[in-house]
Amino acid sequence: MISAIAFYVFAAILLASACMVITARNPVHSVLFLILAFINAAALFVLAGAEFLAMVLVIVYVGAVAVLFLFVVMMLDVDFAALREGFQRYAPLGLTIGFILMVEIGLTAVNWTIAPAAHLAALVPTPEHLANTNAIGNLIYTRYMFAFELVALLLLVAMVGAIVLTHTDRRGPRRQNIHSQHDRTIAQTLTMVNMKLGDGSRQITPAATKAEPDKETAQ
Amino acid sequence: MQPSLMNYFPILVFLGIAGLIGAAFVIGSLLVARQNPYGEKLSAYECGFEPFGDARRKFDVRYYLVAILFIIFDVEVAFLFPWAVSLSHIGMLGFWSMMGFLAILVVGFIYEWRKGALDWE
Repeated sequence: MISAIAFYVFAAILLASACMVITARNPVHSVLFLILAFINAAALFVLAGAEFLAMVLVIVYVGAVAVLFLFVVMMLDVDFAALREGFQRYAPLGLTIGFILMVEIGLTAVNWTIAPAAHLAALVPTPEHLANTNAIGNLIYTRYMFAFELVALLLLVAMVGAIVLTHTDRRGPRRQNIHSQHDRTIAQTLTMVNMKLGDGSRQITPAATKAEPDKETAQ
Repeated sequence: MQPSLMNYFPILVFLGIAGLIGAAFVIGSLLVARQNPYGEKLSAYECGFEPFGDARRKFDVRYYLVAILFIIFDVEVAFLFPWAVSLSHIGMLGFWSMMGFLAILVVGFIYEWRKGALDWE
């Protein structure tokens, strides 16, 4: 009873916030509605018995992916008023494409047949005596080991790709190398020069006499 | 109701109370407080002068890099959790499959460290 009410409340909020994601005028607001949709989806996962998946959804999607979306929205620097300018002109074309897509999705949904074996598998999501996390952990590291290692490769490719695309080498003069600072000796940096008495002052005096009158006129 | 769902009932109660309190503040201020909206109240207050630019300015791309690296290691930790829970059941194969997973990601970690993607200067 309570779980049915909770399901309908969470599902209603999920659908409403998903609609707000695409209709909100401010893109930052649509990202915030997306976060609300993620949280409600997590609640639905809990209701379906997939607790671990729900927590991962909160940690990974709400905690990290939503932040990334916010960064992307901020970084794109799109003038949204200028984007909406041609709305009247492009509306018929957009509606046509949307209609075609909807018909295609409808055709797929009508012709969709679910395999009879899948129905049996859906009835036993987790073994009775096991917690959700244990049930996942018992399978993915042994039975689905190759898929698991593929995930590591995928993450590696994502990491390398992100660094290659966005990282610019800034090896400038401001980089401090404490090790080389400590290791340098006096002989490397300081040279003693013997000069005759009065050599330095003779070079300076012409410039000094020139600069002084300027100062006085300025004051 | 399923027995595992009973554990989440307090959270549902918390959610309900949080929603009630949030709604009470908004509706209460609508009912009790004096309403006198005008355009000047919405204008920016910034030490007396108008703000120079839009708040929607470009971010440095390095924030994006930090965020995406964070996501990758977040996913890694998400995989570590069920492994730690069921480590006693999956034997040596499960242990070493996680070690392989970590080794591949350590390669990426060394790469990003050597590339200097982690330091901000």
